[in-house]
Amino acid sequence: MSHGYVWAGIAAIVVTATAGDVMQSHAMKQLGDLGDMRAARGLGYVVRHVASNGWFLLGLLFMALAFFSLLITLSWGQVSVVGPASASLTFIGNAAAARIFLKEQVDGRRWLAACFVAGGVAFLAR
Amino acid sequence: MTARKYLVLLAVAIFASCGDVFLARGMRDFGAVSSANWRSLFTALLNPWIIGGIVLLILFFSSYLTALSWADLTYVTPATALSYVIMAALGKMFLHESVTPSHWLGIALITVGVGVVASGPSRTSGGHPARHGHRPPREFDLRRGSRSES
Repeated sequence: MSHGYVWAGIAAIVVTATAGDVMQSHAMKQLGDLGDMRAARGLGYVVRHVASNGWFLLGLLFMALAFFSLLITLSWGQVSVVGPASASLTFIGNAAAARIFLKEQVDGRRWLAACFVAGGVAFLAR
Repeated sequence: MTARKYLVLLAVAIFASCGDVFLARGMRDFGAVSSANWRSLFTALLNPWIIGGIVLLILFFSSYLTALSWADLTYVTPATALSYVIMAALGKMFLHESVTPSHWLGIALITVGVGVVASGPSRTSGGHPARHGHRPPREFDLRRGSRSES
């Protein structure tokens, strides 16, 4: 399979994984501190509350899409390329998407941390 | 940040890495999966290591969601990247995988990244449910002392 297909697959993994993470984060911010909720209302209430949140369910769908995109891309390219590239680019994608969609203040410290971790993952997965 | 919240972040990293190591150990009993023996994936679901791995990954997902409920995504993902380091250590200890100089460099970079983000604030964006136009859950009322059981 050509490099174009492999990098298109990596892009699909990064986009779907980032979308899933952002949606999960948005859902949890809507619901509030789950630890406090569990202490006040019990575990069953927390599970029902989380499982009925639309953003959580949509986030799960995108996480599943990311998983299947990874499986398909792994069948096209080498794991030593697909694994590190998708994992480290997802860290960068998360930082950009969180700034745009979640309005998080991604300052120099967080960009630096995301870049360090992304580079570290790339080296670790070699 | 309270000690409990640091423990939740640590739990995310430990459950994620242990879950992956359990799954890797379990899959060693079955060898490489191909189109000829894909049915072995269903048999793998009965393997104690695989079952343990799935339980650990459920615990990982629960603690990950808990962390996202009080911290930013750009704080949680780098802060829990220690899971990659733990995974390398467990892989070396229990699965006898090799840790190359490239791996050690990766571990050093991740450790620095975790230290950089963990020393900053965990929340920078609005997270209170009321800011999203939703009714606050009842536990917020309970904490303020206005017990409404409606």
